[in-house]
Amino acid sequence: MTGTVVAHVSQTSEGAQEMRPRSEVTADELLREVGAVLRLSEAEAATLGDMPEEPEEDQTMIINMGPQHPSTHGVLRLMLELRGEEVLRCKPIIGYLHTGMEKTAEQLSYLQGGTNVTRMDYASPLSNELVFSMAVEKLLGIDGDIPERAIWMRMLLAELNRMSSHLLFLATNGMDLGAVGMMIYGWREREEVLRFFQKVTGLRMNHNFIRPGGLAADLPAGWRDDVMRLLDGIPPRLDEYDTLMTGQPIWRERLQGVGVLTPTEAMALGTTGPILRSTGVAWDLRRDMPYLRYDDVEFDVLVGQYGDSFDRYAIRLNEVRESMRIVRQILDAMPSGAYRIQNKKVTPPPRARIDESMEALIHHFKIFTEGFRVPEGEVYVAIEGPRGEIGCHIVSDGGAAPYRMHIRPPSFVNLQTLPHMMRGCLIADAVAVISSVDPILGEVDR
Amino acid sequence: MTDVSDDTEERAPEPATERYGCPLTQRFGQDVVYVDRKRYVEVVKAAADDGFEMCLDVTAVDYLQHLDRAVPDGVERQRFEVVVNLLDMRGRRRLRVNVQVPDDDVTLPTLFDLHPGTEAMEREVFDMFGIRFDGHPDLSRILMPEDWDGHPLRKDDAPASMPVQFKATGPAR
Repeated sequence: MTGTVVAHVSQTSEGAQEMRPRSEVTADELLREVGAVLRLSEAEAATLGDMPEEPEEDQTMIINMGPQHPSTHGVLRLMLELRGEEVLRCKPIIGYLHTGMEKTAEQLSYLQGGTNVTRMDYASPLSNELVFSMAVEKLLGIDGDIPERAIWMRMLLAELNRMSSHLLFLATNGMDLGAVGMMIYGWREREEVLRFFQKVTGLRMNHNFIRPGGLAADLPAGWRDDVMRLLDGIPPRLDEYDTLMTGQPIWRERLQGVGVLTPTEAMALGTTGPILRSTGVAWDLRRDMPYLRYDDVEFDVLVGQYGDSFDRYAIRLNEVRESMRIVRQILDAMPSGAYRIQNKKVTPPPRARIDESMEALIHHFKIFTEGFRVPEGEVYVAIEGPRGEIGCHIVSDGGAAPYRMHIRPPSFVNLQTLPHMMRGCLIADAVAVISSVDPILGEVDR
Repeated sequence: MTDVSDDTEERAPEPATERYGCPLTQRFGQDVVYVDRKRYVEVVKAAADDGFEMCLDVTAVDYLQHLDRAVPDGVERQRFEVVVNLLDMRGRRRLRVNVQVPDDDVTLPTLFDLHPGTEAMEREVFDMFGIRFDGHPDLSRILMPEDWDGHPLRKDDAPASMPVQFKATGPAR
């Protein structure tokens, strides 16, 4: 490795993780940084010509943006090399919120695991619970036995969660770009969705409601009216957003052509979700590799054309509308029946049974103390979360807790687009770019 | 020399047991190919030419407590297994590539030149498991502090036995 690395920013030094000044980086390394991202050979990258003249050392400076910066959405720290206001290079430094959740997962039983994964992407907790539950069910071999109502309930919650997550994005996106009123509006609408979650699951966030085998409880009385109220209340508000932002010249000037990504680059970087779709690649796991009952509902996969921040904003705004369209269909299709499978080895017995059956009581006790054993195996399950593909890779050794549990966090991978999208943009645009990637640091750092 | 893998694919209509010349298994309906470390980059390249153009995930498993686990014939079990998830968007299929990495030589060539998006994921695997990726442009810790000892997701890296590590934060005042 590099041997001695001098800490240039004292007090917050992270040693080799930091971006090194130009004088310490060889031309080859710089070329590799650019060329590999663009998928070019080094010779081709050299002919690009957008990094020809070596800026003088005294013309540039490296500054830290974050980890305590309001527009870095948490504890993201970016080291930016600036020449005046122009960003020459950027390096995200993460890990400030790392709490070892994948290690923790190895200590928690499959029943408790949901409480862990739900805290990763705290803006869309239900998606994380869903992918974890689906992976466990696949290992158990019960993924075909989940009752219809449970499947449709999961879809309902997942889509409402996509709405709340995108509404949060709209709020923060507006705030980052100076439309401070938007922050209040987006938060207000999101809160209405969260109020529904609170009624259903008991909590605004970190629900642990979708569990292996089904859900924790049935939908409460009057849930249909609550959802209808959401579906009636939110569309006029979205139209307000259009007036406030979409058609507004200042908004468009701030976003259009900022942070452009091409389809090739997006795919090379492993990007998924709205960022990939903004480049024109129509890839949505709900449509292309359907899970739950997404092949029974109608919706459009929204794609952009330019791959810029405006496309990403517009896609998320309209995905709220698409999600509402799906929710409407779910309301019509919601079957009656059980909300979890009746498998006494996986799900607890109904409460009434515990009063009358000793056996049920024992099963209940065993499930909540020891958990249930899951057959040996290795599985990878992926779903389309609000930010892209959430994958869950579980290795079981036959015990009651995973031998290894890994979540593929979309934000973590999407964050790699930052250095690429920020090359050559202004520092004010850097804020727009971070915001349009919509990273959730709880998921990036886990 | 003719390619062996092409040959077998033509002759075998039953579920394939190998792909790109490596043993292929089905796990819960998912294709898993076990690759030798020497052919790792070559196979991922062959898969990319075959349509698996996106690398979605790189992670690893430490099988310290299960060194006798089931693997296809001809695969030599090692302590670490690096798991790479590939996606073919046109064919709408996935492929998992499992590579065995021995305890005494914890290295693997990088996929960075093929899939630049593996940069952060390989750094994470290095951070968590101590697997070194040869040719990676910036193999530093990504989640843990730079001066951390050990690799937390290794099975012998017990959280309870680890003293709390504090970091010097600049000159003493």
